[in-house]
Amino acid sequence: MKRKAGPGLARTGEAQPSMPDAAVLSIRNVSKSFGPRQALAGVSLDVSKGEMIALIGPSGSGKSTLLRSISGLQAIDPGDGRIEAFGGPVQENGRISGKVRQIRTRIGFIFQQFNLVGRLSLFSNVALGSLGRISPWRGVLGLWPEETRLAVMAALARVGVADYAAQRANTLSGGQQQRAAIARALVQKAKIILADEPVASLDPVAARKVMESLRDLNSQDGLTVIVTLHQVDYALRYCRRVVALKAGRVAYDGPASLLKNEQLIDIYGPEFEDVFWEGAPT
Amino acid sequence: MSAAPALSADVPAPPSRSMAQRAPDLLVWGAVLVLLLVAFKPVEMDHFAKLFTNSENMRQYGAELLKPDFTDWRLYVDKMWLTVQIAMWGTFLAVIIAVPFGLACAKNVSPAWIQQPMRLLMNLLRSIPDLVLGTLFLVAVGLGPFAGVMALAINTGAVLAKLFSEAVESIDKGPVEGVRATGANRLHEIVWGVIPQVAPHWTSYALYRFESNSRSATVLGLIGAGGIGQLLFETMNAFDYHRLSAIVIVIIVAVTLIDLLSQAMRSRLM
Repeated sequence: MKRKAGPGLARTGEAQPSMPDAAVLSIRNVSKSFGPRQALAGVSLDVSKGEMIALIGPSGSGKSTLLRSISGLQAIDPGDGRIEAFGGPVQENGRISGKVRQIRTRIGFIFQQFNLVGRLSLFSNVALGSLGRISPWRGVLGLWPEETRLAVMAALARVGVADYAAQRANTLSGGQQQRAAIARALVQKAKIILADEPVASLDPVAARKVMESLRDLNSQDGLTVIVTLHQVDYALRYCRRVVALKAGRVAYDGPASLLKNEQLIDIYGPEFEDVFWEGAPT
Repeated sequence: MSAAPALSADVPAPPSRSMAQRAPDLLVWGAVLVLLLVAFKPVEMDHFAKLFTNSENMRQYGAELLKPDFTDWRLYVDKMWLTVQIAMWGTFLAVIIAVPFGLACAKNVSPAWIQQPMRLLMNLLRSIPDLVLGTLFLVAVGLGPFAGVMALAINTGAVLAKLFSEAVESIDKGPVEGVRATGANRLHEIVWGVIPQVAPHWTSYALYRFESNSRSATVLGLIGAGGIGQLLFETMNAFDYHRLSAIVIVIIVAVTLIDLLSQAMRSRLM
């Protein structure tokens, strides 16, 4: 499916990618089964630098599986399925590449459950983002270089939680933790952000702040963002391109503006209004 | 029956366990009972009544114990302190042993080909009694506290390795994945993802073992590893019940104090 800037572009306020055709992610015919259940069935997707993509679909449609496979947190099925990031393989033929750590340093991952280390301070959690680029023994001992320390505070300030830097992560609200997780990806200097249901555990106000942080990273810093969402209205509001999965297959890939109710009914079934958090469009 | 609504066909019956599902439970409990009955005679449980018929002997022994002789209390306290120091070093070395071995025994950290043999090795070490290890080290390094320290370190090290590995196996894997997703290496994942989650449990286990090692170190004194135990043994052999009583009181007070201290520290951790 062609991805041309549709009429919906203007309302998203998304920055034009500087290199429209620079592919940063290439997913080719990827399948993944968990026992008898097939989570992904031959998914192919190309992602260009600077895109902000919403990955939607009903529960169990394979959204999380796809993101986890891109980051090499999970091996795909053997076969000709292949995932490449920045031109290098993440995994092929069911094997995660030996260089996956290198690639992961440039891919920030935001989890539904934040996945901060609860007993560590927010500062330490965000500093972990630099583990991939500082000397390994400094990383082990937690001797963060000055550059990291400054980057951490700048990132925390940017997402609005710098005041809590010294607090243990598990003493903060879900929204604050999720913004710290975004700060960790910033310190990581990630070029791609994969966000797996980043707002599913949050209330609408916190959710909007997190989505705005993600959009800000996309438009200000030109980061490529792929975000899985349960809420279709959020997908339409924040992302120009929407990819919908249904039972492990790509059911829609195109501009958010061209996603019609008929297609949503096809993807979610007749009760598709339920997937709008703040009300379905009339 | 006529009152049953027409829906009843759609409502499944309440769950019930079949005889086949209950059989394993019955078998296990039955076996426990049989074993207890078999063991009744060998342990002379039929002598239970003697507790009451021979009570005169016990009263005499008790009466002597009731008059403790504290003339040499400085010596007792000194020896008790040595015993506590044996326990401290034994536990400290045990923790040093248990951290790497505990991680090596954990399913979610180590590959099976390391984890399985390690687990076997720890089981083996754990099954050797302190006293046997103590005797072994007495032969190796001679009489004295160091043999006691080493015996405690090996035995407790193996016990703590098992407890540590169980704590590691019960962690939340989310934060570990969070660290992994930043491009961190395996050691980083353990230091930043695993250790912070298990640290309170590990500390608590180590403190608990320090408590019980203070008692074990006393027993180790019996075989010549120094400390209050050795004094206890000598006094017992001399049938000097007045001094024995004083020594036992010193032990009870010291061990109770250590228990209280360590419990207070553990409750702060959790």
